[in-house]
Amino acid sequence: MAELHTPAEKVALARHAGRPGTADYIKALFTDFFEQKGDRLYGEDAGILGGIAMFHDRPVTVIGHRKGRNLEENTRCNFGMPSPEGYRKAQRLMRQADKFGRPIITFIDTPGAYPGLEAEAHGQGEAIARSLAVMSELSVPLIAVVTGEGGSGGALALAMGNTVLMLENAIYSVLSPEGFASILWKDSTRSAEACDVMKLTAQDLEQLGVIDGIIPEPAEGAHANPADVFDAVDAALQKALRQADRISDPAAHRHKKFRTMGSAFLQEPGKDLF
Amino acid sequence: MLNERFSDRRQRLLRLKVMREGGRLPSSSRIDAPAIFEQCPACGEAVSKRQWADQLYVCPHCGHHRPIGAYQRLALTLDSGTFQELYDGLCGDNPLDFEGYDAKLEGLRRRTGLSEAVVTAKGRIGGWPAVVAVMDGRFLMGSMGVAVGEKVALATDTARKAKLPLVIFCASGGARMQEGILSLMQMAKTAEAITRFQQAGGLYIACLTHPTTGGVTASFASLGDITLAEPKALIGFAGPRVIEQTIGQKLPEGFQRSEYLEEHGFVDAVVPRGQMKSTLMQLLRLHAKGGARRG
Repeated sequence: MAELHTPAEKVALARHAGRPGTADYIKALFTDFFEQKGDRLYGEDAGILGGIAMFHDRPVTVIGHRKGRNLEENTRCNFGMPSPEGYRKAQRLMRQADKFGRPIITFIDTPGAYPGLEAEAHGQGEAIARSLAVMSELSVPLIAVVTGEGGSGGALALAMGNTVLMLENAIYSVLSPEGFASILWKDSTRSAEACDVMKLTAQDLEQLGVIDGIIPEPAEGAHANPADVFDAVDAALQKALRQADRISDPAAHRHKKFRTMGSAFLQEPGKDLF
Repeated sequence: MLNERFSDRRQRLLRLKVMREGGRLPSSSRIDAPAIFEQCPACGEAVSKRQWADQLYVCPHCGHHRPIGAYQRLALTLDSGTFQELYDGLCGDNPLDFEGYDAKLEGLRRRTGLSEAVVTAKGRIGGWPAVVAVMDGRFLMGSMGVAVGEKVALATDTARKAKLPLVIFCASGGARMQEGILSLMQMAKTAEAITRFQQAGGLYIACLTHPTTGGVTASFASLGDITLAEPKALIGFAGPRVIEQTIGQKLPEGFQRSEYLEEHGFVDAVVPRGQMKSTLMQLLRLHAKGGARRG
């Protein structure tokens, strides 16, 4: 099937200002949402939104990156670029979900973790690493949906899912195309070219085995008809949850899944010496 | 008798690998060149090649720690004759068919004698058996692609199954751009392996060396039960240039250096290279099960 959009067009669609964000999905798909704020260590980061809610009569923990809808919100949420406090809040919510046996649903939409002075001083690297460690241990299922930009470690820090789904025009990559071009070719203006070689579209990632399914969007992008997108995401999440319920050990399932990421591209796989 | 021969051969092999990467061990008198000097990249003082080797590549004038190769690090860390490389044949591929990447890997393998940016090994540190992984910055800045992630995870699994402590010397520019999203996934793979190992009661000592950044900082480098750092190593998630561009101001002196991380609560101790082995021995002794008796 021929793709409607080039990778570069998808990047633009994934970043579209009118594209539904985590707050929209929570409002449309969940009831009884109770927002939980703060990391209990230092602060509250609005760049990550999370809490408890009902999903089809079932309590779940829902967490996602929040970019904000207008300039004031954008500034408060730092355009969806979380600080360590945001990731530590997410860890707290995930541990709680584990304790109370709630499945976790995450929405991924971030340009990346914030590369700022304070973020570094507060241990951005440690916060992301710890999030990965926490997700490794969860005994409840985690389902991640990449709804917009899946930017680097800042995205992965919420996305170690038993199931990882992606909207048709969402992107997920090791770095922004601009950053990629700047590092590899010392020329950030070659980002369109980077989009082509990076394999950052949902279709490419499904082929590489990084994601498990693609959720369709209207031809003009998710912002053109959000109601349809909400329905599609709702259906995909219900299906993923039903599948997750059949997994007897979600942590072992995630282990198996992430342990083999990229293994097809290894030469002479190591022998186990013990 | 046989053991001695094996031990001798292992040490000769490691010595050869160190020479191959252009390093030299302390008082290795084979090539005496006291008159050849190399300037310290930090203070500019001239230091003889012999002296660099004897000082473990730490400047005798200013204490600057020059990066060293993976095999050199292993030779400085492991007891003589105990080095056994693990998974040395394992290497990566070109998953995204990135132009020029195959040739680049091939050239680096030839030039450095490394198969990838990390060397994994088993050996003894002051008599204590351990699994050790060492990253090498000469191989695409020590970046983590599929093979690096896999080797780190395999070494961690080996330590878990053999109930051995794990020591990782980190040095990395972050994710391997040429392997795209699959290199990002190695963060999940390695963090997961470390977590399993720690859940099983394993001791993981992370030694952060210059530079440790990006996806490696945001995964296994930050998950040590004990975290050590070499003096003045750059350690962070985002690189200083990116941060300066983002915030539009110059970064303060010493920002993201080992001492800064220690001050901010992310490092247990800053340990000079000359004391690294004895510190590791101390930590292994403190974690010995059933009384301190080395195997």
